[in-house]
Amino acid sequence: MVEFNLPANSVVKEGKSFSAPADAKNVRSFKIYRFDPDSGDNPRTDTYDIDLDKCGPMVLDALIKIKNEIDATLTFRRSCREGICGSCAMNIDGRNTLACLKPIEDIKGEVKIYPLPHMPVVKDLVPDLSQPYAQLASIEPWLKADSPAPPDGERLQSREERAKLDGLWECILCFSCSTACPSYWWNSDRYLGPAVLLQAYRWLADSRDEYTGERLDALEDPFRLYRCHTIMNCTNTCPKGLNPALAITEIKKMIAERRA
Amino acid sequence: MKMQSDLGRVRGLGSAKSGSSHWWTQRVTAAANLPLGIWFILSILAGHTADYDAVHAWLSSYFHSTMMILMIVSVAVHFTHGLQVVIEDYVHNRKAEVISLMLIKAVAAFLSVAAIVSVLRIVFAGA
Repeated sequence: MVEFNLPANSVVKEGKSFSAPADAKNVRSFKIYRFDPDSGDNPRTDTYDIDLDKCGPMVLDALIKIKNEIDATLTFRRSCREGICGSCAMNIDGRNTLACLKPIEDIKGEVKIYPLPHMPVVKDLVPDLSQPYAQLASIEPWLKADSPAPPDGERLQSREERAKLDGLWECILCFSCSTACPSYWWNSDRYLGPAVLLQAYRWLADSRDEYTGERLDALEDPFRLYRCHTIMNCTNTCPKGLNPALAITEIKKMIAERRA
Repeated sequence: MKMQSDLGRVRGLGSAKSGSSHWWTQRVTAAANLPLGIWFILSILAGHTADYDAVHAWLSSYFHSTMMILMIVSVAVHFTHGLQVVIEDYVHNRKAEVISLMLIKAVAAFLSVAAIVSVLRIVFAGA
């Protein structure tokens, strides 16, 4: 059955508080989930008061400021700080998004930051994404064709054919959507989740790919595809403004179309 | 101890290559339930103050008995399909899952057949 209560060793406790410097005028509290697997302690939330006048505009700027100036033990992933690498996906103010694209200004009151929901936590804000990565590999996200490429090089697409990939290729695989999906929370062992299904559709929609039928065969499964109940959390939370729910519906339509 | 690779675990037993007919049937019965439900509610509104004989005559008519049996079948199918998904979503103990899946199908089959037999008894009572 679904577990409604956290196991005793996962209950989040109140942690330390770090106050802002005395001369700070524009103070904001950041309440951040902390978990250290080596200590054996329960997870806790530490509160850091930050002077926003001496901090960049985005939530990631505040996290970097905390790590540099207040608490070097705070652990999180980040790389490009401009919304293209997908590393800093986390749950901010109750919503999965990229810390680098989330303005602190948009959040009222205390800024609550947790790792992506329902994933094993490696440390602090770092989730273990091995399973979604393996699920991505399982849909074989690369061009598969038996026709040899033209001798002069590229496989060509018309403008209309290429336009079908818009809204799909932009996905940066941050997994904000999959980890916002209740269906993925309860059945991530068998349901592929919105991020991976959007990638699956990206290859189904590609005019150059010749393995559409085999791809649909592999997806037509009560769990892999049909665990999607159009809850739409994926589309609501996507920090890149994409629509995984629509991509999943398109896959269901393709399967319905080849039946009769 | 589990040392299987993540990819091996994710591929698991492979695709069931089914699920689309379940999904499609749920949508078709949902669409069918709409006109059938409107007919049912209008009939109840029109006949809820009528006496036994009037309702008996109404249900033994060709059109209304057909609509009633169609609604029983469509609702029963939609109900079992919907509840099956809920059980698959939330019940993760395999034994409990299989037992509850069989149970809802048995209950729905019994209730719908009993309801259809009741309608037929009324239809053929006069003949």
